[in-house]
Amino acid sequence: MMRGVLPLIIFAGIAVAFAIGLTKDPRRMETTLINQAFPPFALETLYEPEKTETEALLTGQVSLINVFGSWCVTCNVEHPILMDIAKDKSIRLIGHNWRDDREKAKQWLARRGDPYEIIIFDPDSELAIPLGVVGAPETFITDKQGRIRYKHSGAISYEDWEGILKPLILSLTLEIEAQ
Amino acid sequence: MRTLISLCFTLLILSPISGLAQVNDPALEQRAREIGQSLRCVVCQNQSIDESDAPLAQDMRKLVRQRLSEGDTNEAVIAYMREKYGDYVLLKPPVQSNTYILWLLPFGLLLMGLVWFLRSGSVAEEANPGTANDERGSI
Repeated sequence: MMRGVLPLIIFAGIAVAFAIGLTKDPRRMETTLINQAFPPFALETLYEPEKTETEALLTGQVSLINVFGSWCVTCNVEHPILMDIAKDKSIRLIGHNWRDDREKAKQWLARRGDPYEIIIFDPDSELAIPLGVVGAPETFITDKQGRIRYKHSGAISYEDWEGILKPLILSLTLEIEAQ
Repeated sequence: MRTLISLCFTLLILSPISGLAQVNDPALEQRAREIGQSLRCVVCQNQSIDESDAPLAQDMRKLVRQRLSEGDTNEAVIAYMREKYGDYVLLKPPVQSNTYILWLLPFGLLLMGLVWFLRSGSVAEEANPGTANDERGSI
């Protein structure tokens, strides 16, 4: 009796393990950076090479940092949503132009519109690696103390925006700035 | 002369492909490549950053070399990458609570198989008392 059932039990066990393991998205990785301070950086801005921005840019207000590049196909899909988000002036959008060519990035934005308040230019992944960036687009939300509170991999959909990102930004805006 | 030229070509072919990001110190370069082989290229999923030509892997190799020349130990460089990209960046999964199943299951299965094999052997002997008796009788 037991002899006949045992292979079935083993099969069921393997089937369950595969059902869980194979339906997980391998690109969606847990980020170890949540609640950590935004990594320090000193990078030029896209439009003004002589101007350097640092992580100090992020303290004092809630920011949404969007990793993008003119080479990134999915960024084309995400772009109209960012333009919509930018209509709300209370939300601060910062662009992280990653592994791009300055001129190509400017052209890309000139054609589609520029939703960002500031764009930092990172052609050699100087900030991207400390941020654990895997692919564009990626979006980070930082609180008033400049800590990373959320990371979104891939394009933001309207559902993601309305359901997760916007409510989070609103609640972070209401947080009292602790010193 | 010809020997010299062919020697040059041989050296050219033998030289490591990751030529873009190299440091002059051979010991440091050796360490950088060792680290590179243990870190996963996070965009290509199953290649190390040492093997991959992906732009991000190139930048990661550059960062490894930069941190080594600034005096970091191999462990410190790997720990830094792990802090940023999580355990996923390690090509060889670490032995820790959430990977015990992965590491111990093969040995567990081997042990179970061994127990099953030994037991079924002894059961077969008991189930066949005739032969056992015959053997005893013949002594």
